[in-house]
Amino acid sequence: MGSMIGAAVVRKEDPALLTGRGRFVDDIHLPGTLHMAYARSHLAHARIVSIDTSEATALPGVLGVWTHDDLPGLPPSRSLPGIERPCLATGKVHFVGEPIAVVVATDPYLAADAAAAVVVDYEQLPVMASLAAATAEDATPILDGLPSNLVLEQQLSADDAEAELAAAPHRLAIHLRNQRCAAVPMEPTVCIADWQSGSLTLYATTQTPHHQRNELAQMLGLAQQEVRVIAPDVGGGFGAKASFYPEYLLTAELSRRLRRPVKYVETRSENMTAMVHGRGQEQDIEVGFDDEGRLLALRVRITQDCGGWPDPGGVGLPTLTAFMSGGCYKIPKIAPSFRSIATNTTPVAAYRGAGRPEASFLIERVIDHVAAELGIDPLDVRRRNFIQPGEMPYSTQFEGIVYDEANFPGALESLLRHVDVDGLRKDQADRRQDPSAPLLGIGFSTFVEMGGFGPTPLFEQFGYVGGWESANVRLNVDGSAVVKVGTSPHGQGHQTTFAQIVADQLQIPFEHITVLHGDTATVQEGIGTMGSRGAPVGGSAVLKAAAKVRAKALRIAAHMLEADENDLELVDGRFGVKGAPDQGVTTGEVALRAFKPHLLPEGFDLGLDETAFHEPSNLSYPSGAHCCVVEIDRDTGRVDVLRYVAVDDCGVVLNPLLAKGQIHGGVAQGIAQALYEEVSFGEDGQPGSGSLVDYTLPSAADLPHYETDHQVTPTSFNPLGAKGLGESGATAAPQAVVNAVVDALAHLGVRDVEMPCTPQKVWRILQAATQNGS
Amino acid sequence: MSDHKVQITVNGVPGTDEIEARLLLVHYLRDVRGLTGTHVGCDTSNCGACTVMVDGLTVKSCSVLTVAVDGSEVLTVEGLAADGELSPVQEGFRQCHGLQCGYCTPGMVMAATGLLLDEPAPDEAAIREGIEGNLCRCTGYDMIVDSVRWAAEHGGVGAAAERHAHGGSLPVADDGPAPHGSLPQPAVTP
Repeated sequence: MGSMIGAAVVRKEDPALLTGRGRFVDDIHLPGTLHMAYARSHLAHARIVSIDTSEATALPGVLGVWTHDDLPGLPPSRSLPGIERPCLATGKVHFVGEPIAVVVATDPYLAADAAAAVVVDYEQLPVMASLAAATAEDATPILDGLPSNLVLEQQLSADDAEAELAAAPHRLAIHLRNQRCAAVPMEPTVCIADWQSGSLTLYATTQTPHHQRNELAQMLGLAQQEVRVIAPDVGGGFGAKASFYPEYLLTAELSRRLRRPVKYVETRSENMTAMVHGRGQEQDIEVGFDDEGRLLALRVRITQDCGGWPDPGGVGLPTLTAFMSGGCYKIPKIAPSFRSIATNTTPVAAYRGAGRPEASFLIERVIDHVAAELGIDPLDVRRRNFIQPGEMPYSTQFEGIVYDEANFPGALESLLRHVDVDGLRKDQADRRQDPSAPLLGIGFSTFVEMGGFGPTPLFEQFGYVGGWESANVRLNVDGSAVVKVGTSPHGQGHQTTFAQIVADQLQIPFEHITVLHGDTATVQEGIGTMGSRGAPVGGSAVLKAAAKVRAKALRIAAHMLEADENDLELVDGRFGVKGAPDQGVTTGEVALRAFKPHLLPEGFDLGLDETAFHEPSNLSYPSGAHCCVVEIDRDTGRVDVLRYVAVDDCGVVLNPLLAKGQIHGGVAQGIAQALYEEVSFGEDGQPGSGSLVDYTLPSAADLPHYETDHQVTPTSFNPLGAKGLGESGATAAPQAVVNAVVDALAHLGVRDVEMPCTPQKVWRILQAATQNGS
Repeated sequence: MSDHKVQITVNGVPGTDEIEARLLLVHYLRDVRGLTGTHVGCDTSNCGACTVMVDGLTVKSCSVLTVAVDGSEVLTVEGLAADGELSPVQEGFRQCHGLQCGYCTPGMVMAATGLLLDEPAPDEAAIREGIEGNLCRCTGYDMIVDSVRWAAEHGGVGAAAERHAHGGSLPVADDGPAPHGSLPQPAVTP
């Protein structure tokens, strides 16, 4: 049996999902289930004068209608200390879509009818739906108790680098906007609460069941064993399902009151304003550099949009942006600072990459700006600034941020073996001479991001009990194995990759291994799936647990063979005596013996059932080099991606098929951010992208074929050598695309195009350039 | 709200149900027939997670009233592997890692099946255009394109979808199944 690590095996998850036998939360029907629906605010900022629920209450099938005042003692939703968000609005509403009342009925259609019949009388307040409006001098504070809309402000360096910037031969000020995006997992938020006998079971579309259990128990004054959270099949998350939503508490409370299970199924249109958004940063940057394009100093001032209720998972995102703002470059001085601002919009928190794509976009756009300013090839600017492989691990100026093993220049050179840059440049020049030819642009992104979240002291800051992950591996009597892991995948394929790790460690067939996850009653402990931590942290825990089982099995085998442990080796599912191939016992025989006390040494601890935790000693830093080639239609401004080439270094690749899927998906979301997607609000705070009609989620016809390759530089900070790669594509792609779009227009004097580079935006730039006679 | 009696055959199994006029087909399939493989991903008919076949034609079942398919035959993702083996389309998705979270997958598989019934050997552009009414947030679509191509090269849509589309051995409704490619019959409400 060869190693299963690195094998492109197809997934264990697939047959059920492909035949309609998956089990998503909405597929679960508990007897007697009632259905909850929200009445939501249609105004962005208003005082609630009155709520009339009488008509709704009288409708058929309605068991009740509740407002905040009808649910005394209901704890607030997950909140920042001192800024407690009530589950249902009280006093005033902060954004369009904020829940005001809940209805419970016997049927979801009847619940929706009743929710629509709730009448709210408002007194409108000034709306601040943009960072500009919320930070204007006369802005009204949205959050009670704060003197302004400033929620948090931090300087992450000793000074603002003014001295270094002033001393640099060149200095450039750049403003960048990382627009607000929506995660849009295809399955919206769904939950079922079943409260009986003083205990709560919550089925929820979450990435973090154990974390939700811990929080719910604390909020409700229950012991942790009285709360069971189950995340069955979860239809995508992309960070947004790591947040806590008021419906978790509301369905629980209403199930307790009504003594029946209560289900909530969010509609997509609700989801577009209720589920946390991502990104939403404005960045004011100053960069100092020399004649050769070497970066000497970088000042980054970030303004983060928090939305109407600061999400604890969102307010700190700019710290991650700040830490990663130097990218894969050696910059002597970096001076980041940020302000997190409340606005009358949907709350902002994690979305695939969560703070790091904003950093990578920032520094990679800065590199291209510097190249343009000096008239140097952007690839040369990159090469002159790279941190070199011999300098790894590399301590950045930020405490605790130490890049692990990587080869930044190597990834770029590997990429260039796939891309004929000279040929593309010639094609580009020819097309510029031919007014009937679409313009061609070539963009690069040499990125590093942060994965493997993360050491406990860091994770505690985001409210988690720890940053470790746990796994239990149990060998059954027949030599098959069950793995229980604390990660909670929602598409990542942990049932497959983690079985590969165990198959490799214990030398038992992949088919004989089952991986369980997503249930706090069956899985010992866990943190969850986010921050590219599945393979590096979850996988490492699985490896450690399997290694413990293997070590114990070795002791049993040694007893069975009357040999010294050191003289045994596990090969092809058999513990054999080195040099004596006829003497050996299979893993299955060892497993059976583990349950036979009379055939084991006196007092031997029965069974092969081991739990291990993996606490990461460092974050991991996946990196790579991506190239995007775009074509721009001169008449319509439409941007088409002709080629997208990605070389990723996620360390050891556990399953290349699944790795490819992760890269593709991330790159797709990155291209989508660069070209198509933006969550917008009118000045009155009304959503301009409140459904999938307006929010332009790309289809297969909008996205290209991706060419992928790997550079493998294992990290030394975990036993698998894996860095994670769930977020790499989304981190790398936006700037590769935007750099290509700007490159296509560079001959017109264009230095920047704001995301998303829509046909309208690009067409206006082309028109302006034509009118200026360029 | 008065109830309406409908007779609908789903995956070859006839059913007679009293339903509300406003009941969407997707909710009929999920909540009345217990076939939860068909998912709801949006409320504006953009995402296609709810795609099923009605009388040989793919439809978004969130945009069809159940009463409108009275007398029709419906094929859902649960019916594709009716012979116990994954259909070539399902197997293609498995072999080419054309799914991750699996939520859009049933609709995507049905859309791909519909595409291959129309066009047994589509090129990449035709595949992309053929499934553009179905949104996937996980895969970036490239491996879905591979999956559909794999299916085209390994037997097409499979027996169950062929039977459904061509009326074969499935139980036949009163006026017979509509030929492949025709529109579902408009509802006749009592």
